[in-house]
Amino acid sequence: MKLTVWTYEGPPHVGAMRVATAMKGLHYVLHAPQGDTYADLLFTMIERRDHRPPVSYTTFQARDLGSDTATLFKESCKDAFDRFQPEAIIVGASCTAELIQDDPGGLSESMGLPVPVIPLELPSYQRKENFGASETFYEICRALSAPVERTPEITCNILGPTALGFRHRDDVVELSSILESLGIAVNVVAPLDATPADIQRLGVAHFNVMLYPETCETACRWLEREYKQPFTKTVPIGVGATRDFIAEVKAIAGLPDTVVDDSRLRLPWYSRSVDSTYLTGKRVFIFGDGTHAIAAARIAKEEMGFEVVGLGCYNREFARPVRACAKELGLEALITDDYLEVEAAIEALQPEMILGTQMERHIGKRLGIPCAVISAPVHVQDFPARFSPQVGWEGANVIFDTWVHPLVMGLEEHLLHMFREDFEFHDDAGASHHGSHTPAAQKRRVVEEKTDTPEPVIKDGVTWLAGAEKELRKIPFFVRGKARRNTEKFAVEQGVTSISIETLYEAKAHYAR
Amino acid sequence: MNAFAQIKPPSVGCGNAPVLKQRGQREVFCGLTSIVWLHRKIQDAFFLVVGSRTCAHLLQSAAGVMIFAEPRFGTAILEEKDLAGLADANEELDREVERLLARRPDIRQLFLVGSCPSEVIKLDLSRAAERLTQAHAPQVRVLNFTGSGIETTFTQGEDECLASMVPVLPETDAEQLLLVGALPDVVEDQLVGLIEALGVPVVKALPSRNADTEVGIGPNTKFIVAQPFLGATAGALAGRGAQHLAAPFPFGEEGTTAWLRTIAEAFNVSPEKFDEVTAAPRARAQKAVAAASERLSGKSVFFFPDSQLEIPLARFLTRECGMTALEIGAPYIHRDLVSADLDLIAEGPVLSEGQDVDLQLDRCRAAKPDLTVCGLGLANPLEAEDLATKWAIELVFTPIHGYEQAGDLAALFAKPLKRREGLTL
Ligand code: SF4
Ligand code: SF4
Repeated sequence: MKLTVWTYEGPPHVGAMRVATAMKGLHYVLHAPQGDTYADLLFTMIERRDHRPPVSYTTFQARDLGSDTATLFKESCKDAFDRFQPEAIIVGASCTAELIQDDPGGLSESMGLPVPVIPLELPSYQRKENFGASETFYEICRALSAPVERTPEITCNILGPTALGFRHRDDVVELSSILESLGIAVNVVAPLDATPADIQRLGVAHFNVMLYPETCETACRWLEREYKQPFTKTVPIGVGATRDFIAEVKAIAGLPDTVVDDSRLRLPWYSRSVDSTYLTGKRVFIFGDGTHAIAAARIAKEEMGFEVVGLGCYNREFARPVRACAKELGLEALITDDYLEVEAAIEALQPEMILGTQMERHIGKRLGIPCAVISAPVHVQDFPARFSPQVGWEGANVIFDTWVHPLVMGLEEHLLHMFREDFEFHDDAGASHHGSHTPAAQKRRVVEEKTDTPEPVIKDGVTWLAGAEKELRKIPFFVRGKARRNTEKFAVEQGVTSISIETLYEAKAHYAR
Repeated sequence: MNAFAQIKPPSVGCGNAPVLKQRGQREVFCGLTSIVWLHRKIQDAFFLVVGSRTCAHLLQSAAGVMIFAEPRFGTAILEEKDLAGLADANEELDREVERLLARRPDIRQLFLVGSCPSEVIKLDLSRAAERLTQAHAPQVRVLNFTGSGIETTFTQGEDECLASMVPVLPETDAEQLLLVGALPDVVEDQLVGLIEALGVPVVKALPSRNADTEVGIGPNTKFIVAQPFLGATAGALAGRGAQHLAAPFPFGEEGTTAWLRTIAEAFNVSPEKFDEVTAAPRARAQKAVAAASERLSGKSVFFFPDSQLEIPLARFLTRECGMTALEIGAPYIHRDLVSADLDLIAEGPVLSEGQDVDLQLDRCRAAKPDLTVCGLGLANPLEAEDLATKWAIELVFTPIHGYEQAGDLAALFAKPLKRREGLTL
């Protein structure tokens, strides 16, 4: 038993739903109690899907237990087939149904439905959402794919994108355009928008692109064994990774090493331009799913010039590559699905920015640290209306913008420093649009009254003397929190009990790099 | 002597209307979802679900935003090893509770909340609660209730929670009124204020906001229910000798007046006094509803089952906002509580209890209502089919009871229609 407040991953049947909902012509009959239907809203609300997920829940109740839950399952299966006429059906159990052991696979097989029925065994008490997605996709490939002739020209499949995936919709578009620029046509994208018939012809492609290992590595390995289809190992997120990916594709496809058009790519110049100088050495903490965390670490270090001070992932399946990546950066990886541990690590490291999930965004809010979101679990914000992939050239551009956004722009930071005495930039004056009806002179007077006689502030046994408190207020608001914390920490370490202006500047010198 | 002015019921109400009962997929939340508002209401309580990753994921998805540093609810997730032997699961539970209480000294009441998995493996949470109460008394009281999807639907979680508190309420002989239901504080204060102004001597609320202000109960307690889903709680209170005041629910001007009048009659408040206290807020509510319901008048509404609020809300929309109800679906119809509201709804709408969601969607498409009240899983798909929808869940999170919220309640339903009128796409 483990006490959990917020979780990074749902149960494995939600992973299966991500595959089923991504596909067309497939239906999922899920043996589950009524409350489990909450999962529909993840797709209809977070992803704004305009259709219900293709899932029929048996919604058994207490009074059905021990009597006819098996019959109920068969009825649901039949109703689902009659109503939705799917080309194939997947069947499985949620955590509760797993305990009552009705064997959905066996029951549905006995019904003699005229379409393939694929049973899923997803151990709810051991595994989680990503495993569920991966296993479901693998079982679908195993059941539905068939030996077929290769296309005469070089083609590939793009595997891994699912419903509720982090920017999967746009990643497919960007990736397809890069492959096209290499002269490689895409045979099938799966599971996203694939039909069971599409799965059947996976084998005609010459190789597979593993877009998202979390959901398709198992399938890629099986297809490699079964149909001798090699697959790409680099996930093309970031400039370097995209270049490596292209090299990998060329090697697999036997293409000449010609120059590839990257004229859409802006990250390198944006990163070299002088405004980005302020990004240098920003201490960042990275946490997400394994694939996005590893990609982010490389981009942060090599392409943004950040210093990575922490790296980790929540999906244990990817602990090994994340540990290896962390080791190269001289770090110990944090592998945990307990967000309290992640919060503690962030608090201890006091990074200047977090690259994390929606969970870390909330941690960052609480600790006053800016955060950019790099990975699932997803939130309605992670499905923007505009095109915003993570992979490829455009993905790199999007990432540059997304990561810089929470930080104050470089030039702006300098200006704020220069004008920090100016009341316009004084925090007590508030944002310009909020106080627009107050005459400026009156506003200035209020501010002065407030700041002329600050009261001593006591925190953790350390007192801020009036002068120091006043000086602290002159520091721009977006770095003041850090200055306050650092000064207090410094004071405690030095055994100083009252902070003077002197202490403030000693602390500043101490923490200066 | 003056008599109270009574509401005029329709010539034929829905009280004896046939109820359509279909059995198929139910698209509803389980009772665990109630924890999302219960934990905010009872400020020194922690809700510990003993369940699976699914339960934790449901709570997280229903809570929507993860804004609380460490909210006062959590899930003890059962793992493979807990399923192997029950003795282990109990030890593990004790250990997790121990840890939790050590970390959260502010917690005075702990609710162990049963889930489908804990019930299927027959983990006895009532024994666990007794054991843990002994271990942690007097600082912490441990109770248990079920929020499982195999036993409860959505708001029934609150019913089970409040019912679990009734047996441990102290005995009192005081003459008092007990207001039952976890209302937003602002609403509770308004209603209590009105009832006190009527001259009712003692007004208490269940649940109370924290353990120290707990209410007693006894034969001189009269209670009135503020939410239509509290059937088990009403039964438990009656079992302790308290007297139930049956009334329509306090939604809209008419509902609130009828509800307050029931209290006034039970406590021998004079009609004059009643009018004196209620006249001003009644007039305000009537005005607010009239303004907000302009867009609703003459429109039709279709309710999918969700919170059991459907019947009283249909009464409000049909009688005060000029709407026509096409179907009123409820997860469960608790006649003891909602018959007063049913009697006030004119015959006509299909009344359904339980659900086969696919068949109900067929009926909804055929009926083409102007407004469909449904859960979040159905809203966008129906909007994509060009049906205007109102998320039912908003009705349990938003203050909607009483005079001062009557206009807001009408506005909640009018908003989706207003938005559609305003968009040119
Ligand atoms: S329906 Fe049952 S298993 Fe599902 S979330 Fe609710 S209590 Fe948990
Ligand atoms: S000052 Fe206010 S409105 Fe302007 S950018 Fe900041 S938050 Fe937005």
